[in-house]
Amino acid sequence: MHGRRKLVAAAGTLLLGAASLSGCTISSGSSSASSKTITVAYQEYGDFTQLNTEMQSLKTQYEKANPGYTVKLEPIQASENDYYTKLTLMNRSASTAPDVMYEDTFLIDSDIQAGYLAPLDSYLSKWSDWSEFTSTAKSAAVGSDGKTYGVPMGTDTRALYYNKTLFKQAGLPVPWQPKTWADVLSAAQTIKSKLPGVTPINVYSGKGSGEGSTMQGLEMLLYGTANQLYDSSSKKWVPSSPGMLAALNFIKTVYTTGLGPDVQDALNPNFGTTVQTELIPEGKLAIDLDGSWVPGNWTSTGSKPWAAWSSTIGEAAMPTQNGQAPGSTSMSGGWVLSVGSHSANKQAAFNFVALAENKENALNYDVIASQIAERTDVASDPKYLSTNPTTGFFTNLVKVTHFRPAYPVYPQISDQIQVAMESVMTGQSSPSAAMSTLATETSSIAGASNVATG
Amino acid sequence: MTVATQPQTARIPVKGGARRPRRVRRLFGRLLPLGPALLLLAIFFAGPLIWSVYTAFTNMALSGSASTQFTGLENFRRMFSDPAFVKSLELTVLFVIGSAVIGQNLLGMLLALILRGRNAIVRTIVNGVVIGAWVVPEVVAGFAWYAFLYKTGTLNSLLHHIGLSQDWLYSMPMLAVILANTWRGTAFSMLVYSAALSDVPPELLEAAAVDGASSWKRLRYVTVPLIRRSIVSNLMLITLQTLASFGLIYVMTGGGPGNASSTTPLYMYQEAFQFYQLGYGTAMALVLLVLGALFSLIYLRLIKLEDS
Repeated sequence: MHGRRKLVAAAGTLLLGAASLSGCTISSGSSSASSKTITVAYQEYGDFTQLNTEMQSLKTQYEKANPGYTVKLEPIQASENDYYTKLTLMNRSASTAPDVMYEDTFLIDSDIQAGYLAPLDSYLSKWSDWSEFTSTAKSAAVGSDGKTYGVPMGTDTRALYYNKTLFKQAGLPVPWQPKTWADVLSAAQTIKSKLPGVTPINVYSGKGSGEGSTMQGLEMLLYGTANQLYDSSSKKWVPSSPGMLAALNFIKTVYTTGLGPDVQDALNPNFGTTVQTELIPEGKLAIDLDGSWVPGNWTSTGSKPWAAWSSTIGEAAMPTQNGQAPGSTSMSGGWVLSVGSHSANKQAAFNFVALAENKENALNYDVIASQIAERTDVASDPKYLSTNPTTGFFTNLVKVTHFRPAYPVYPQISDQIQVAMESVMTGQSSPSAAMSTLATETSSIAGASNVATG
Repeated sequence: MTVATQPQTARIPVKGGARRPRRVRRLFGRLLPLGPALLLLAIFFAGPLIWSVYTAFTNMALSGSASTQFTGLENFRRMFSDPAFVKSLELTVLFVIGSAVIGQNLLGMLLALILRGRNAIVRTIVNGVVIGAWVVPEVVAGFAWYAFLYKTGTLNSLLHHIGLSQDWLYSMPMLAVILANTWRGTAFSMLVYSAALSDVPPELLEAAAVDGASSWKRLRYVTVPLIRRSIVSNLMLITLQTLASFGLIYVMTGGGPGNASSTTPLYMYQEAFQFYQLGYGTAMALVLLVLGALFSLIYLRLIKLEDS
């Protein structure tokens, strides 16, 4: 009797153990890519739905053109910072790494260094469409080893959007083109005094908006001063400079004198979505320093269709600090499609990239997502030029644009810039104290010998 | 798994001269069914544990480098020269003392004392309300508090009528999360103390009352000494739970604004998963473990002092 009970218990435990063990193998096995399945990882979040629409269409096209192959779409539903984290975690193990992934150009060097991406040179040399890409586009995803690791889906520039209706109500000139930072702040000042209840200006700032804060916020300011984040002649990072201090002071002015959004709102990771789908369309925000893709939200295929946007919203280039040459500034980034180094069938994965970036699909995506085309044949296509009235304006900014320093440590330094911005906007640090913390952190990230003393 | 080990400990007393082979065989027979469980524990618990101790001494990063170097104590040196980390430790201690040791513990004790000897209806209603807060999942509780305290939230719409408003999530984030965690965790302490109080013999309290002891003195000199073991176990449990608390704060403030409510678990998450410094993050986890051990030691010491 006694022995039998033991036996039953033992068998039960064994069974349970076996079940949970096999459960694990099944789940990890299914995500490892068989060579006939192409997994594609990309972001789908908040107001950013255009890429998902595009991917659904690519899946149908690919499976039709390649019988026997399956495209497994893995949209990652996460805000920008969390998207990078989740993608990177997927890349850490061969069994979860995607075959094709949507990569931000600022992270690509870091991921090349980590060995997550496969070089595409041998495939690109056989791909006739590659010659249609502009030289900037071709260099967007080149690693320090000189190899190319991604095909650009479109680039972007950044500038000021302003609400013409609100400007007229406040008695400000329309069209508006500020010449200096002071012009921007004085327009915001006027809005504040004339139109209570309207947020005068938004400049993304703090950890919540992630890389958006660094690029649309701080770098749009910094690159309009005499300084930059990286000095390519001395090959040193420049975390503390008069320009950096001026940029942090600008952030301080915006957030501590009632010109900017409520700090609590601005720190919310979803703030970008709120700005683009609520504050601007509802006329609650007068000036927004933002990216060229924003109107994509307002077209008929976007997440917040808004027919009157093109007559309500005007665009102005971001001026340099004191109006010094070239008068205005911008930043460019963009996203690429890369093939994972763990992919079991890299040719099939590259074929997916090639399909996604052929003229027809690139044109469609550039139009629905308000991207600046990186293929010359798309850029000159009448459909591309006619659908979005802002295309000409933003393409023109390419002349004054800057790129982020493309080094593996950049993402970490960007994180520290967001920390500095947040400490300034919340009043926890003065701009100079925040800058000195940033300098210390930059030294520990990049190594003291790679940092200029300010 | 803890349940499965109980029969084994219960039958340990074996007579002095028991025959060895039989004992070994019997022990083996008892351990055999545990084998798969132990194996699973080793794979899914001990494995990651040892791995995380190892990574604490390396510069492992999520991206940016294909190789990982052993860096010795570098992570720990960096940690203690990092003002944000030192601040996170202070906030963690503040959070534990404020919400667990003072908030949950005292409020739970108070509720248990008040409810002692009340009629069944009152007890049921109060228990229901308090335990309700405990049953709610952490994220839901965090969101409910966020919606309550947010500047356009419930509390402000109520306060609006009497011309007041608050902005605690932004201006006093630590107070906000301490309040929320006290609200959520009080039920546990209340249940522990209700059970402990029911074991206090009523005759002792009556005798003390006859001798003229005030109700405070009866509490201080009769009740508390009798339930001190429950107090220490309760303190230890809620302290360890609160030390590791992440979801509630993450949902309510995200550790912000700035790092004003960034307790060590939140700072650890930021460094490991937002800033990709896995090695640095796991090193902080080790420090957190030591902090938990320190708290436990203090409590154990207290009970020893009482005993001697």
